[in-house]
Amino acid sequence: MKVHEYQAKKFFASYGLPVDRNIICRTPDEAVAAYKQLGVEKAVVKAQVHTGGRGKAGGVKLGSSEAEIRQHAEAILGMNIKGFIVDRVLVSEAVDIASEYYMSILVDRKSKCPMLMLSRAGGMDIEQVAKETPEKIEKIVIDPVVGMNDYLAREAAFKLFDNMAQVKQAVPVFKNIYKLFTEKDASLAEINPLVLLKDGTLKAIDAKMTFDDNALFRHPDVAELFEPTEEERKEREAKDKGFSYVNLGGSIGCMVNGAGLAMATMDMIKLYGGEPANFLDIGGSSNPEKIVEAMKLLLSDKHVKVVLINIFGGITRCDDVANGLLEAFKVIETDIPIVIRLTGTNEAEGRAILEGTHFTVGTSMADAGHKAVELSKKL
Amino acid sequence: MSILINKNTKLIVQGITGRDGSFHASKMKEYGTNVVGGTSPGKAGQEVSGIPVFNTVKDAVAATGANTSIIFVPAPFAKDAMLEAIDGGIKLVICITEGVPTLDAVAAQRYARIKGVSVIGPNCPGLISPDESMAGIMPTNIFKKGHTGVISRSGTLTYEVVYNLTQAGLGQSTAVGVGGDPVVGLYFEELLRMFQDDPETDSIALIGEIGGDAEERAAKFIKEHVTKPVAVFISGQQAPPGKQMGHAGAIISSGSGSASEKIAAFEAVGVPVARETREIPELLKKQLNR
Repeated sequence: MKVHEYQAKKFFASYGLPVDRNIICRTPDEAVAAYKQLGVEKAVVKAQVHTGGRGKAGGVKLGSSEAEIRQHAEAILGMNIKGFIVDRVLVSEAVDIASEYYMSILVDRKSKCPMLMLSRAGGMDIEQVAKETPEKIEKIVIDPVVGMNDYLAREAAFKLFDNMAQVKQAVPVFKNIYKLFTEKDASLAEINPLVLLKDGTLKAIDAKMTFDDNALFRHPDVAELFEPTEEERKEREAKDKGFSYVNLGGSIGCMVNGAGLAMATMDMIKLYGGEPANFLDIGGSSNPEKIVEAMKLLLSDKHVKVVLINIFGGITRCDDVANGLLEAFKVIETDIPIVIRLTGTNEAEGRAILEGTHFTVGTSMADAGHKAVELSKKL
Repeated sequence: MSILINKNTKLIVQGITGRDGSFHASKMKEYGTNVVGGTSPGKAGQEVSGIPVFNTVKDAVAATGANTSIIFVPAPFAKDAMLEAIDGGIKLVICITEGVPTLDAVAAQRYARIKGVSVIGPNCPGLISPDESMAGIMPTNIFKKGHTGVISRSGTLTYEVVYNLTQAGLGQSTAVGVGGDPVVGLYFEELLRMFQDDPETDSIALIGEIGGDAEERAAKFIKEHVTKPVAVFISGQQAPPGKQMGHAGAIISSGSGSASEKIAAFEAVGVPVARETREIPELLKKQLNR
């Protein structure tokens, strides 16, 4: 789950990390008031959106008068950045930067540990740095048993700074951000750039955090910051029902049990010349109500012309699925053709239940896939 | 032979009195798995499908000599269950539970490494050595004893591939679902090594998906260490970047982890990649000259 820069900065500040002074604003008037309150000559107005590249899109502007701040806030509020409409700007003090650094913590799949990533090439697009000059990125794996002790934080600090006064300042930054990362179950905590000011102090002038969806149950303070897009709202609604859903825009709606099989199903449709409408994993456990909900979800997408149901029974029992389908179609009226493939636990019972109904039954995944693609082309 | 589990496996089920735990405990026992016990705090002395229930893993191990444990407890308690198994003398821990916080998995995997314990999962379907033992939630009727090792990041896709293998006359030595989370236990490299060393395994099917770079590392490992025929399938070619495709670990992020990069990595080392799952048996047979 993503949060905005200003929300990440609040977490940073509450863990003792040095952040710039900033005020969140929803209107140009608020932005001007914030500028006055900060009492600085130069301030930065920054769009708060759940996407990167806001600087390039014109969503970050420096101003040095009330009029300029107002003008920038007016320009940025309402701006469309990669499909996100800006409804908040962060007004923060502009600082005198001597040099910029990059740091982040994430979970490294390979070492199965948190990992600190550091670079003296701060302020840049770190993915580009990683691709073009990977030697400029230092990685330190953090053993969760030991955590971020002084020695490790020092080791990290020496990767970025040569001056001992700066190293001393950086040590608590690394220790505190690690504490924040682990205590709040983050999946990413990034400062880009971490800046060294001309007066010799360190400050985080940008902040990015994402959080582990699986751990939100124990962090209500994080969970309440969830701001779904329309698409995410649909995905979340699906998740609350035990589904994983991603819209893909095609015409063949897919209902599959298991994420891997669901991905393979949409790949197969494409391979056979069709267009998958979605990824939908209805999950492991089986109950007829779930099928009803899944059908409703699929049919709410008006692009769907054919539905392909691909069930391989593990925990999911095929007779439950068949009963669920029949029940679903008592509730939902639709002319959309349904192609179904059932294999696995209780498959004979499942197929027997569906015999003589209007469903098209595929004998294999490939057979059902071909049938669904053919139907989608006829309609 | 097989890898990780066989006739000598003594399995306990953590969370045996729950809905999923009790259902699958009886299914595993039915299949012939030596399920020697289960745990559920406060329910010692009860039985589930004739399987004795204990309060703690240590009690269960002391009474039964269990060496393997399978976990069915809800996600908030999965870390504790893994730690209990690792601390209780279990040598192979299988965590079926989905939705476990990543840092909980990190802690459990680290403790397992300290104690020399192997973990499979979380968020996995378990594993099976056909006709010997099944520790998981797999539909056993599709498996057939044989010589192909199966490694997969996905549950139902494992079944799909195994179904195709069995129909094509290729039985399995062991099939392992490693789990769909970003941080899980045994993975491609460890399992490829085990299958390479297992005299009963003559070929390997590897099923990967988008997210992370484990497939790329597996391709490198195969080139350097695996002489047995391998066939690969990668799911998620149509997945849009930045979207989590069901599995917490299945996400293309910052331009890496895409299916096409993974497919290219295998093809670069001469490992054939199936365009759809049903091609896998043929790709293996060609290399086996059958």
